[in-house]
Order: sequence, then structure tokens, then C-alpha cells
Amino acid sequence: MANQEAPRKGFADALIRLGEKHDNLVVLDADCAKSNMTNLYKNRFPERFFNIGISECDLVGTAAGMAVAGKVPFANAYANFLTGRAFDQMRISVCYSNNNVKIVGHNAGTSAAQEGATHLPLEDISLMRSLPRMTVIVPADAVEMEKAVEAAYYHEGPIYLRVGKLPVPIVTKKEEPFKIGKAIKYREGSDITIISTGIMLDESLKAADELEKQGVSAELLHIHTIKPIDKEAIIASAAKTKHVITVEEHSIIGGLGSAVAEVLSESQPAILRRIGTNDRFGVSGKMDELLDLFELRAHRIISTANELLGHRVTS
Amino acid sequence: MDFSKEKGEFYNNLTKTIRRHIVKMTNHAGSGHPGGSLSATELMSVLFFEHMNVDPDNPDWQDRDCFFLSKGHCTPVFYSVLAEKGFFPVEELMTFRDVDGRLHGHPCGEHIPGVDISSGSLGQGLSVANGVGLIAKLDGSNRRSYCMIGDGELQEGQVWEAAMTTAHYNLDNVCAIIDWNKIQLDDFVENVKGVKNLGDKFRAFGWHVVEIDGHDIHAVNEAYKEAKRTKGRPTAILAHTVKGKGVSFMEDTHDWHGMAPNDEQLEIALKELA
Repeated sequence: MANQEAPRKGFADALIRLGEKHDNLVVLDADCAKSNMTNLYKNRFPERFFNIGISECDLVGTAAGMAVAGKVPFANAYANFLTGRAFDQMRISVCYSNNNVKIVGHNAGTSAAQEGATHLPLEDISLMRSLPRMTVIVPADAVEMEKAVEAAYYHEGPIYLRVGKLPVPIVTKKEEPFKIGKAIKYREGSDITIISTGIMLDESLKAADELEKQGVSAELLHIHTIKPIDKEAIIASAAKTKHVITVEEHSIIGGLGSAVAEVLSESQPAILRRIGTNDRFGVSGKMDELLDLFELRAHRIISTANELLGHRVTS
Repeated sequence: MDFSKEKGEFYNNLTKTIRRHIVKMTNHAGSGHPGGSLSATELMSVLFFEHMNVDPDNPDWQDRDCFFLSKGHCTPVFYSVLAEKGFFPVEELMTFRDVDGRLHGHPCGEHIPGVDISSGSLGQGLSVANGVGLIAKLDGSNRRSYCMIGDGELQEGQVWEAAMTTAHYNLDNVCAIIDWNKIQLDDFVENVKGVKNLGDKFRAFGWHVVEIDGHDIHAVNEAYKEAKRTKGRPTAILAHTVKGKGVSFMEDTHDWHGMAPNDEQLEIALKELA
């Protein structure tokens, strides 16, 4: 079994490394520092850490003021409360004001697990993607997370970074270059395109390899930047395969699936199936159980591919 | 201590000039918010001309004082004060709300010199002011951070989230100015959702409170001085004002919260403000 690590640990490690180099990096949290691991930054740089309390709107506004004062703030909170409650603060005080604030949504996707529906953010990407000027990054694992945090720091402008809580397999490589807005091709193929984001890269890799064994040549694009999305990579792949499946640990409404659908329908019509949560709330359960429940698994990608390609699907 | 006779005369002229801008700009646009602009005229004029450490030629200078107009709809007074202070030409005021101009209905922080944040969605300014205050403390800078809030706006919960933050971090470099004109869009504040005992509310949150007549330039000046002298906690200036102040038919009514004078009304207003 592959090594596992919590994406939030990769986030915290990268933040501290950047903090050592740059004294303009400040970190804010809404009383979730232990859970979000920003307490590691707090322990290392106590004067550059601010617990704003359980008040996400105030958190985002305060971060905007810190950016006005010339700092690079990373504003952390649980993803659903942050993006739902403080949406308007991000819209006006951050994006419309063009303030250099990094918004970090924690407990991503299914990683809040047994906390249940209130704590499972399955709509955050959709919300953040709709904000003008907002860049949206959804890394696959702790290794890619570290690169994403670094890229976010050096990027001038608002960023939404989605960070998971629980350990997931490390599937990306340290030496792989990371560029905001640039998709990474993990498998070359000709029959069908699988486009994954976030931790779904793991299941997508398994699916692509299994499809290969079944004689289906699957191309796999990993999209860590949902906005701006890598149109060229999507168009080039869809032009070749004509069949596309998107896979995300998020609602199929407004997230990766919608973003890809927009690109395809405007530029390169192809048959598309979106795999994600289907207009529903979460429930309590272990992360693995939730991924099973939502069918965010390789077997679903495989059966969907076969169905798309007109193969007989055996259950 | 009162201003000198000359200073008093200067502010008398300046506030009249700004009030004339306000009615002319809203007349030009055929829309806008004269009521809450006229009530804030003395508060904004004395702040920018007496207390704010800013440089109109270098508006983004890092150690400047910052001002955040949380009641973002009151751009007529904000833009007028900025123009008179020299941040952009006074003539530009007559492009207010024009589609090809930058003086939008609500201020855009990115495009207008002297505007430190975009605003217009109520309740957000004090959090931003706190961000500047916290960083000033971190950097050992003497810069100050001001935020103007409407009394109706105090119904927004974020104001009180932020008020807790300011006091918790002992941000004596943050000053909130409440333009307490008693009227919001629909009606009198006390008829909509009252903000009675406002001084007690802020004191209970850990703030120093100064309550003044917001149209008395001497009292306004002393309040800002007191805010600067007050150490260890933030200061809220509760300024009793009159909505629509200076134009008889606009005074003390919600009708002129968000309505522009037509040409005849403008003429009457300008006569009163001569």
C-alpha cells in the first residue's frame, strides 16, 4: 500500500518553510488551529499567527486588511463555514478589492468524515470558482499540497486552496513540476479521458490501470487548478478520445465537472460523464465509508468508461 | 480646545463646498446617497484634513493611515473629500456613477487613489481596519486605522465580531466612527431594529467611547485627538448627526437616503449651501 499522509500536514510543513524565508507571511485561523495544523505555524512564529475566534466573516475581513498593510495572509477555517458564511467578504473585501489573500478551506470533501453533513464541504469549489479573480487549487495529496502552498504564496492575488484533514495515499512525486493553471498528464491514452482533481487522482490512477488491462486506453489528466482551468489540455485530450469522465470529491454541480463541461461544450464537444456527489448532503461515516457511499471509487470510473464506450457492463 | 478663527472659517467653507459637491454629484448621476453623505461631512472633512497621515501624491505609501468607509454607499462625501484633499481632480467628481468613469456608486479600492478597500456590502469595514491595526502593531508602526460605520449598519453581525477582535487585541490604533444619523433606508433605525444604549454596547465590548455632536467641527476634532490619546483599547466615536444635514428638505427623513435631487431641487439646495 502506498504511503499515506494528511494533506493538512503537507500544508503546515510548507507554510512553516515559507514563514522561515518570508517575514511578510501571516496566518489567521478561526479557532481551528489544532485541527488545521496551523498551530504548528503558531508555535514556530507566535507573533505572526492570529486566532480571530469563531467568526469566519471577521477572519476574512481581517486578512484583507493585513493584505492592505502589505502582508501575505493565509486565512484558515473549515471549508464550508469559510466559503459559505464568508463568501461576501471574499467577494468584496478580497476579490473586488484585489487583495493578496490566500483562503484555505480545511476538512475538504469527505475528510470531516464522522462530523456529518454540516461539516462536509461538497459545494466550496463551486462557490469559489464563481468569484472573479479567485484562483482555485485542489491538490491531490500532501506532496502536491506543499508545492501548491508555495505556488500560492508567490502568486499575486486571491487564491482558494482546498486542504483535506485525513491521511490519503501519496500518489504524486516531489520532482514533478507544479504550475498554477497547468494540468498534469498521468497516463497517455486514446480511447477515453479521465479528468480528476484532488484526492480522486488516486482512484483515477487505479481505474486507468485497470482499464488498460481490460484493453481500454485511458488518458488521465490531473487538474489541480480548477480555475483558471487548463483548457488546452482538456481540448487536446477530448479531441483525441471524444469521451470524457470527470472525478471529484465534490458536488457535480459547479465543480470540476461543470468547469470541464463548459470547456467541452464551447470548444470540443465530447460525451461527458461527471462523477462526484450528486446534489446531496453528506452523512456521518468513516472517510472510506463515505467514499464508498458516494461511489467515488475506481470501479465506478471503470463502469462509467465502459458504458460510455458502449461496452457491455457487468456488475 | 476650539479651532482658531481662521481654521473655523476654513472648515466652514470646506464643508459647504463638499455639501455642494454631494448634491451636484447625485444630481448629475440621477442616483446616489445624499442623506448619509451630508450627515458625515464634518466627520470626514476634519478626519482627512486634520488627522489622517496620508500623501495624495503617494496614496499607497506603506506607513500611511488608512480609512475604510464601511457605509460604502456614502461615496458622494468620500469622493468629495478625497478630491478636495488632492487625490484626484475635483472636476472628476462630475463623472460620479458614469459607466466610463471610475467613481462607481460604491467605492472600488483597486481603481481610486485614497480608497483602501472596496465596500458597499455593509458590515465589512471594521474587520479590515483591524487587519491594518494588527499589522501596525506587529511592525511597530505608528500608522492608524479609521473606519466609518452607519448606525443602521450596526445591525450587521460582522460589525460586532470585529468589535470583539479590536478590543481583544487592544488595538488602540483603530478608531471607529459611527455616523449616528438615526435613519436607515426604510425608516428610523429605532423603528427597524433599534441600536439604543449604543455607548453601553461599545463599552461592554471593551471600547473607549466618545459621544459628540458630529456637526460641531471643534468637538469632532477633539474626539479624534482623544482617540489618539487613548491607549490600550480602541475608541468608538459616536457622532450624533442629522441625515441630510444642510439641505432643509433632505434633513431628518429617510426619503433622501438613496434619492437624487432633480434640477429644481438642486437649485434650492445650492442656494441653501451658498
